[in-house]
Amino acid sequence: MITLAHYIVLGAVLFCIAVAGLFINRKNVIVLLMSIELMLLAVNTNFVAFSRFLGDVSGQVFVFFILTVAAAEAAIGLAILVLLFRNRSTINIADLDSMKG
Amino acid sequence: MPTFNDILIMAPEFYLVAAACVLLLADAFMTPEQRPQLHWISIVVLLVAGCLVIAGQPAQAVTAFGGMFVRDNVAEILKVFALGTTALVMVYARPYLIDLKLLIGEFYTLMIFAVIGIMLLVSAGNLVTVYLGLELLSLSSYALVALNRDAKLPSEAAIKYFVLGALASGMLLYGMSMVYGASGMGGTPSLDLASLHHVMAYTTAPKLLLFGLVFMLVGIGFKLGAAPFHMWIPDVYQGAPTPVTTFIASGSKLAAFGMAYRLLDAGMGDLSHQWQLMLAVLAVASLAIGNLVAIVQTNLKRMLAYSTISHMGYLLLGLAAAGPEGYAAAMFYAISYALMSVAAFGVILALARKGFECEEISDLKGLNQTSPWMAFLMLLAMFSLAGVPPLFGFWAKVLVLEAAIHADMLWLAVVGVVFAIIGLYYYLHVIKVMYFDKPAEGSVLQAKPDVTLRVMLSLNALSLLALGLYWGPLLGWCRRAFGL
Repeated sequence: MITLAHYIVLGAVLFCIAVAGLFINRKNVIVLLMSIELMLLAVNTNFVAFSRFLGDVSGQVFVFFILTVAAAEAAIGLAILVLLFRNRSTINIADLDSMKG
Repeated sequence: MPTFNDILIMAPEFYLVAAACVLLLADAFMTPEQRPQLHWISIVVLLVAGCLVIAGQPAQAVTAFGGMFVRDNVAEILKVFALGTTALVMVYARPYLIDLKLLIGEFYTLMIFAVIGIMLLVSAGNLVTVYLGLELLSLSSYALVALNRDAKLPSEAAIKYFVLGALASGMLLYGMSMVYGASGMGGTPSLDLASLHHVMAYTTAPKLLLFGLVFMLVGIGFKLGAAPFHMWIPDVYQGAPTPVTTFIASGSKLAAFGMAYRLLDAGMGDLSHQWQLMLAVLAVASLAIGNLVAIVQTNLKRMLAYSTISHMGYLLLGLAAAGPEGYAAAMFYAISYALMSVAAFGVILALARKGFECEEISDLKGLNQTSPWMAFLMLLAMFSLAGVPPLFGFWAKVLVLEAAIHADMLWLAVVGVVFAIIGLYYYLHVIKVMYFDKPAEGSVLQAKPDVTLRVMLSLNALSLLALGLYWGPLLGWCRRAFGL
């Protein structure tokens, strides 16, 4: 029997992987974008699980909004990424250090 | 079903959305000669929206769309000032944008969409509205930061802003999902802020609720730019085109205050004894990091970024007091900070010219000799930011300190005063450079000959003095909004 706790743990694990991906990764901006998507999916898992087990649809409606915004967010993120690559010919995170202090 | 009354309550927002879409279309059909007209049209659009907000001001809080949207006096005040400062930013930005060949429709439509985001955010009555307003503001801001497509720094600033902003939204959402879950344990699950207010009283999972609260606080901290979640602020301020920096320093801060107030007071008000201390910690960290690191900066925009972090510390002092008095003081602070930062960045925008950003502190050397009036306006902005009486910034600081003391957090007020004195150093340094250093060889530091820019900038900076001498009505307005 899969209970609410299983889903919440799954959400937490996904969320932790996403945050770890953001902080540990030092190579590639695309991996950052993937981590961000994963983070939002972890949140969606949570909302859907709560919504299903508590018998209330508003959580699932919220998920639709999150999915839509995530798509817009990915579009803007990739656009900025293209810009970055055009200006610097690299998307290595370690090279993004022209501002300090 | 939405009624006509719902639409009437949201009239300013609907109007702005329609106007932004029309502008977007008009931009596509305009010839390059006609395009500069967009500048004046956008300013008129914002001013009309401001009039709509004031004209429809309700006597007491009203809600629309089943509680999704709240229109009360707190939201009205924040909206009026957000619209006003954005219009100011557009006025200041014009000559700068012409120099960079960036006077394009995208700037204006994105700014207007960002303002719509602010207006939704400060009026949010539901977690969904909070999130949508926040994302509308953030996504427009990311694009605005990257507006100057061919320069290196803006694209780097934009990607940093984007990644950290998305991380913040993710944290906030994760917290919201926990709060939603906790509200359903032992009661009806809800995303409505007004019903979330009482969750603590009945929930069978208080730990889950607190867990969610912490994540939401992290998200709020990111958006405010409070230490230790401030990493994006300096790079974004430095890398973004100066008009966009000005907008992020003014309008977005009003929005961040509105969001913090909605989520913490309307949504999590019952837990105030829990989040008060967390906010106090954030406040102390912001005051310390902001004021100490600002001292060593040589870049003026970066220095103002660290000064923002310290100002967010003062704003948090008022929020941490967790009562109507504290909120009124924090809102007064947010308004004063928005006006001061617009004035300070306005001077930078006025002095910048083609190929010369005027963003190093040393660029201001001897400004008093080449352009005494600009030096005086910058002096007013700096003294006000530092909190020197009788300027506007002084009263704002006094009020948040008073609120902290009344909330039995004397130690916090003491920390605030100590760091205000430390902070005085770097503001005075700018004034020293302007008034006592010799101008660089062949310096032609002059304000741009744009009349509207000069007049509005002078009025803006002088208003800091005027509001410092006569601050009663504005404070009264803020206090009435919180029922004082």
